[in-house]
Amino acid sequence: MSFLEKNFLDIRNLDILARQTSWVHRVDPRAKVFTTLVYILMVVSVDKYAIAQLVPFLIFPVVLIGAGNLPLGYFLKKIALVAPFAILLGIFNPLVDRTILLHIGSLGVSGGWISFISLMLRFGLTVAGALILIAVTGFNGICLALLQFRVPRVFVTQLLFLYRYLFVLIDEACRMARARLLRALDARAPRLQTFTSMLGYLLLRATARAERIHLAMCCRGYDGNVRLMTSSNFQLSDVLFVTSWTSLFVLFRMYDMPQLLGAKALEVLL
Amino acid sequence: MSHHIVEAQNVSYMYPSSNHGIENISFRITHGESVAVVGANGAGKSTLLQHLNGFLMPNEGHIRIGDFPLTKENIMSVRRTVGMVFQDPDDQLFMPTVYDDVAFGPLNLGLPQEEVKMQVTDALERVGASHLHQRPSYRLSGGEKRAVAIASVLAMSPDILVMDEPSSNLDPLARQRLIKLLLSFKHTKIIATHDLDLAVDLCQRTIVLHNGSLTADGPTSEIFQNMALLAESGLAQPLRMQSCPICSNNSPPDT
Repeated sequence: MSFLEKNFLDIRNLDILARQTSWVHRVDPRAKVFTTLVYILMVVSVDKYAIAQLVPFLIFPVVLIGAGNLPLGYFLKKIALVAPFAILLGIFNPLVDRTILLHIGSLGVSGGWISFISLMLRFGLTVAGALILIAVTGFNGICLALLQFRVPRVFVTQLLFLYRYLFVLIDEACRMARARLLRALDARAPRLQTFTSMLGYLLLRATARAERIHLAMCCRGYDGNVRLMTSSNFQLSDVLFVTSWTSLFVLFRMYDMPQLLGAKALEVLL
Repeated sequence: MSHHIVEAQNVSYMYPSSNHGIENISFRITHGESVAVVGANGAGKSTLLQHLNGFLMPNEGHIRIGDFPLTKENIMSVRRTVGMVFQDPDDQLFMPTVYDDVAFGPLNLGLPQEEVKMQVTDALERVGASHLHQRPSYRLSGGEKRAVAIASVLAMSPDILVMDEPSSNLDPLARQRLIKLLLSFKHTKIIATHDLDLAVDLCQRTIVLHNGSLTADGPTSEIFQNMALLAESGLAQPLRMQSCPICSNNSPPDT
């Protein structure tokens, strides 16, 4: 199985996870989308040198993974898969910012390293938040929520189709890669010429499919608007979910909880 | 007045970038008829089918659905009358779940939500796929996908069903189930297929295309016994009409 197949096709498992019936899964999609959005905003806006302040934010993914009966290892793997992008962004911080901010024994830790760790933490928390949102809501539910938040229909339609046909396209790419591999016994990576022609062929296939899908849509009365069945039953429990989580996030953002707790503990002890 | 009549009058169409297309095709299919369109690869079956719901417009001639000619103006009402089932269900099932897919057509017709629910439930029940309604379409088996694709068309209550290779990529059992299902429909049916045994099962009448022209139009049983016509059109007799290579002493016919 190729790298592409192994790592991307199992994103579909998120949809299977989303079909469970825990209390987290039953919360209205709008509530979950809004809460996750606030969560991401709060995490991202924490000061770049504040590592300790980020730690309390772990509670959101931890609670959701626990309550939603989600496999922790699966999410860790997915985060590790995209981590190189974040590492690439932050790896130069330690070289640029050499001001010593912290001493651990005789070892001085520069601001660059601290901001790098903070960046990685923020990256991990936000990616986990987004993946967990899909795993407890389903992509369809998220799109429905976006529609109800008055996000323009054309964007939501694009998202729906991207998600539906991404897998079909990856499937086709995998089949082509397999066919090439079977006839290129010793070549490990395709030659540039082969690669470009494969890419072009994939584009042609995708275009032909898009045409057929458009025809299928027209046959069933498509007029430029995708209509979805909506059900609106925002309950008290959903309101509670939103208010309790968002107020907690705001609290974590405004006050450095570990520092406050530490100071309180010291006061009591001394 | 009947909405169930499909008529082609001297229809010709050439693809702009090639010499392929269909030429001077005429036929009239009446209420409740079940007609197979057969022909070798590239004979023009799919091109003809695409004319029946206005995706292609003939360069010459007319298509009439019901009592009216098909024009750009009445295309939406024609598409409601003519339900089209595609060869690859993956092209037809584009919504995230089976339920959304079947509801897509009725919602576009502007039906109220209660009515849409009834249509969806009814269509899924008719194809025996009620239990699949919450599943994502891409996770279904080939037979299930085909059934759901048919349900998505049925939900729009069409009078005429047009199908392109309905039995392709199906295992033998799924194919038999499909034939039983299609036999239970009272619609006017037009089925383009390479599966000639399916044509014998479902269609009393057969239209043969060869190189874009209509070479025969008549009762299925007669056409499939006309060996000269079949050979000329790049076809072979349905398997059940051939003598058994094991029981009989005759060697299998050359194709």
